[in-house]
Amino acid sequence: MPRPQDRKFVSADPDKCIGCVVCEYACSMVKEKTYNPTKSRIRAIRMGPLVNLAVTCRHCADPACVAACPKDGLSQEENTGIIMVDEDACNGCSWCIAACSFGAMMMHPEKRVVFTCDSCKEEGEPQCVKWCPEEALSFVTSEVLAQKSRQTAVKNLIQEASEKASE
Amino acid sequence: MFAYAGRILRVDLTTGKVSTEPLSEEMAKQYIGGIGLGIRLLMDNSKKGTDPFSPDNPLIFATGPLSGTMGPTAGNGYAVVSKSPATMGVGEGKAHGFFGPDLKRAGYDAVIITGKADKLKYLWIDDDSVQLMDAEHLSGKSPYATDVAIREELGDYYIRVSAIGEAGEKLCRFAAIINDEFRAIGRTGMGAVMGSKNLKAVAVRGTNDVNVADLEGFTEFVKMIHERMKGPATTKYKTLGTPANVLVLNALQALATRNFSQATFEGAEKVSGEYFNEHYVKKIVGCATCGMRCDHIAVVPEGPYKGSTSRLEFECLWSLGPLCGVDRLDAIIEAMRLANHYGMDGISVGVVVAFAMDLYENGIITKEQADGLDLSFGNGDAVVELVKRIGKREGWLGDVLAEGTKRAAEKIGKGAEKYACHIKGLELPGYDLRSLKTAALGFSISFRGACHLRSGAYSPDVKGKVDRFKIEKGRGKIIAKNGDLYNAIDSLIVCKFSRGTYYKAEEELAQYYTLATGIPMTAEELMKDGDRIENLARLFNVREGVGTRAYDTLPYKITNVPIPDEGAAKGQYVNDKEFQLGLDDYYSVRGWTKDGIPTVEKLKELNLSEYANIVKGGES
Repeated sequence: MPRPQDRKFVSADPDKCIGCVVCEYACSMVKEKTYNPTKSRIRAIRMGPLVNLAVTCRHCADPACVAACPKDGLSQEENTGIIMVDEDACNGCSWCIAACSFGAMMMHPEKRVVFTCDSCKEEGEPQCVKWCPEEALSFVTSEVLAQKSRQTAVKNLIQEASEKASE
Repeated sequence: MFAYAGRILRVDLTTGKVSTEPLSEEMAKQYIGGIGLGIRLLMDNSKKGTDPFSPDNPLIFATGPLSGTMGPTAGNGYAVVSKSPATMGVGEGKAHGFFGPDLKRAGYDAVIITGKADKLKYLWIDDDSVQLMDAEHLSGKSPYATDVAIREELGDYYIRVSAIGEAGEKLCRFAAIINDEFRAIGRTGMGAVMGSKNLKAVAVRGTNDVNVADLEGFTEFVKMIHERMKGPATTKYKTLGTPANVLVLNALQALATRNFSQATFEGAEKVSGEYFNEHYVKKIVGCATCGMRCDHIAVVPEGPYKGSTSRLEFECLWSLGPLCGVDRLDAIIEAMRLANHYGMDGISVGVVVAFAMDLYENGIITKEQADGLDLSFGNGDAVVELVKRIGKREGWLGDVLAEGTKRAAEKIGKGAEKYACHIKGLELPGYDLRSLKTAALGFSISFRGACHLRSGAYSPDVKGKVDRFKIEKGRGKIIAKNGDLYNAIDSLIVCKFSRGTYYKAEEELAQYYTLATGIPMTAEELMKDGDRIENLARLFNVREGVGTRAYDTLPYKITNVPIPDEGAAKGQYVNDKEFQLGLDDYYSVRGWTKDGIPTVEKLKELNLSEYANIVKGGES
């Protein structure tokens, strides 16, 4: 039985992401067989040239979108944490969109029901991660994310300390 | 049609009338898109002798067939074409970023804008809905501030905006149109044409699908280019970036310094790509669909311009730096930021400032005429201040210089034209043509004036593929062939930084086109399109009275002032004899007359017979 901490989601490294939106195109190509960022499950934000980040569903442990749905149209898959949309139940009221802190829940421009990242379940692994030319995207657990942050922090600390020592 | 939207939008700013018309497959295949389609639409939608600032001069925004697809660098481009107020011939520029794909997704291969709005307006294209919006509150704002304000007022972060700044509004003849903060339709003054129409910006939101003919094949192709982009073909752009050229050209005595007075710069180390990256570059970012990333975003860490942030590439680093004798990167970065802020071509504005400095040093303009500025070469703060004054057309000098070197020299007189470094009215880019003579010939025949990107003619010189100190038979062929390829590239709107990733350029670009559009295209046909576009551009210039041999010239300094620096290139300049021989060679390769005019036979071969009347007077 997989544990909740084994759930993986797509996360972008802010130091590596350059805002090129290849992920958006890859997503719409894989999931919708067309090129159209408005149909992508991952969206990049560019705030000035130095701030770029792609954002998608983080498969939260206690997903606000699921709780917000008045139609019980959203559910979370136990093993993977993927948010499942019951397209028959969804009436496009957008409560889940308002509830999500990451803008990862979106309205499909044609179907008029919400859609979000399903980690490319059918394809085996998230295709945006495969396409990302900067290796800025990774499919990780929150535990691995924490490890990475710790490693970076320690590396920076040690480096600073050794720089100070050599001064 | 696949990849193409199949529609052209027509907007008359005078009447507010909006209409669409279909793009035929025949037109698509023969002119591709981008500058090719744009030049064809310019020719067919304008009358001989129209002033560039007349409401009748059409301003054409064109996407490429690949815009809106996942194609790296080609997926994100657009071009603007109009009659240039700098050259009075074909004006054109391309920019990448995020604007082009949205224009395609909104459903347009091109937008033809004519007329003049009664007051400052912006065009709001929201898929099928096209409206003119009030923009008086945006007057004087930078392109980026305009972008932010429009997205704010229309309430969608993902709206893309292409806008002019104060320089465009004030008809500076080298004003640019800018999207995504620093991506410019830079050359030939397209921003001034937009300003003359009282058009502050084009805002677009496109939500339609863009479908390619062979999704699987196209995806494989894109994957291949992505892989190649990780390799040596793009290393330069991903690491030091184009500023790597500083030391390369300096070593070749081809780094024009102090307005083409010298060809080496003693301060080169301090403005080198190496120094720039180590001390100023904060992050390297990319355009939509392109993971190659090349945008070197520089931030000034200390001093009077602390915090100044700008993208900086070689050409503008050169024009605002070595060409003005300036070795201070902080001042160069701030000057570049201001060029983007006011919306000006960073190459031209630097060459214009260097021209003013040369006049000042030679006593042709006084400190009083310079409104108190000390325009000695090397004064970085004066460069910053003068860029600002030109952008605002402030003071006598700022106003005169906003006309570009050619017209400013005419106004100033006293032999000022000898210091004006332009071809056909467009300022020279960063290559000393005295020691790069294929480039000299290639730049002189370019249909948009002095330009390194119409045929890349500097490349064989810099790479040592030819004897760069002479012009001889055979150079015409190199230039014509590369010119045709570059026309195809600019019509597909592939970014030239990625050109090295197409190992067999002609075949692979043709294949790229066919995978996307489903329209069969061979390498030969693609190159013929390039030839056709070159000839049509030349025809436009002939029609406008600026397209003959008399206009394929070089600046005075290139042909009269030998390189003074010690070294292999000492004493080099372009003499008239070799230059005329070069023109003869080039015209004969093109199938043009001695006077540089396309023949009726040539036009027939290229399916351009309908324009034969333009050349009939010019047959020799």
